[in-house]
Amino acid sequence: MMCENCGKRPATVHYTQIINGVKTEMHLCEVCAKQKGTIEFDAPFSVTNFLAGFLEPAFGAQIIKPAFETQITCKGCGMTFEEFKRSGRFGCAMCYNSFSEKLYPILRRIHGNTKHVGKIPTKMGENLAIKREIDRLKIELNVAIKNEEFEKAAEIRDKIRELEKKLSRE
Amino acid sequence: MDDVVVTSRIRLARNLSDVPFTIKMNDYDAGLVIDRVRDVISKNSQYRFDFYEIRKLPFLKRQVLIEKHLISPALVSSKIKSAVAIDQNENISIMINEEDHLRIQVLYRGQNIQKAWEDANRIDDFLEEQLPYAYDETWGYLTSCPTNVGTGLRASFMLHLPALTLLGYMKEIIETITKLGIAVRGFYGEGSEVLGNLYQISNQITLGQPEEDIIANVVSITNQIIEQERQARLKLLNESSSFIADKVYRAYGILKYARNISSNEALKLISDVRMGISMGIIKETTIDKLDVLLNLIQPAILQDYFGKEMTPEERDIKRAELIRKILE
Repeated sequence: MMCENCGKRPATVHYTQIINGVKTEMHLCEVCAKQKGTIEFDAPFSVTNFLAGFLEPAFGAQIIKPAFETQITCKGCGMTFEEFKRSGRFGCAMCYNSFSEKLYPILRRIHGNTKHVGKIPTKMGENLAIKREIDRLKIELNVAIKNEEFEKAAEIRDKIRELEKKLSRE
Repeated sequence: MDDVVVTSRIRLARNLSDVPFTIKMNDYDAGLVIDRVRDVISKNSQYRFDFYEIRKLPFLKRQVLIEKHLISPALVSSKIKSAVAIDQNENISIMINEEDHLRIQVLYRGQNIQKAWEDANRIDDFLEEQLPYAYDETWGYLTSCPTNVGTGLRASFMLHLPALTLLGYMKEIIETITKLGIAVRGFYGEGSEVLGNLYQISNQITLGQPEEDIIANVVSITNQIIEQERQARLKLLNESSSFIADKVYRAYGILKYARNISSNEALKLISDVRMGISMGIIKETTIDKLDVLLNLIQPAILQDYFGKEMTPEERDIKRAELIRKILE
């Protein structure tokens, strides 16, 4: 068999890729294989294609989308939602918030879930604990005000301010 | 060594919050990420890492790293600057600027997933202390592809399943475990072919379950497959012992005496002999030796072993020579 790229030398590097049962083969000579580094395939079925499928309405009904909907753009990297649909990849950390509304149904269909319950980074963990403490103190503050315990309320207010300062420093 | 589990692997996908993800990155950003990560890794006192910029590596060395499963083909074909840090025991690799800024990978031989997870988690903690991770309270670790978001965790086993394959059970098993959120892949991961009856199985879901549960799920399904493979080997041994004995001894004979052998043929034969050892048929060699061969017969590792570039024809001769030497 001759090299599929140059057609001059015998093919000695054989790549086979199987995605969802569809087999793609490439036969190259060493020289062409080296030039290419590794071979990139046009995968017939990639995660990207399937992601695009996730975004379509479930029962095949073509819904005409209002123009504004197709023009959501990430403020962080300028990626449009259309771009994400094509590549299946986000451009930056902010994309998750920029596209959050559209993301929930996608994540539900991929993972059956939309909420992370795993590891919390230590740094982030401290902040989370502070935020939870602030929420708790705010409830306590309201109770104190209701009961007209103003000295206690002032104390709680100071605690909240202190914690908020700590948060903004982080 | 393990009769069914060849390797256990944990991978964590991580990104920095203050740089675009790799799909939107230019070479300048990519270089900065590499420098920052290299700087942090060099401060680590627990492990000693060697650092390689992929573009600066010769073709052969890149292929060796792929064949050793230390880097992915995607890292090599990356359009931007990419790099990898590899610990001296070659169990841990940290890929930089693959699909995500960071891919922490720990790989051990045999059934060692817990140890792999502990190492990966420790390295993750260390990196997180000094790098601003992209993390969200709701969505967890933010990854380039939404299929990895949450824990960013992939737990996988490379399983040797010759008996289930021979008996034609694999199609059904794959269909069943896919429904349970488990992916089945070939020898070199996503999109690669099943070679030598080696199957890679891993979790697909990364969001909505804690890391320990995800790992436990893959372990539990793996244990069931291991049990089925052992049953299948027994079945073969009981019902077709002379056929199996002939098959595995033929494979052993070819490996021991061949003068010219391709990597694909060698893989198939090693698979047969490996099964023969676990069934107690072949006592002349060990699974450990076969697992060493499994690595060494691959084209780039073979050339690296002999310290020179070879044509495919030269390789087939040298491969046969090396196999004979190890099986002696």
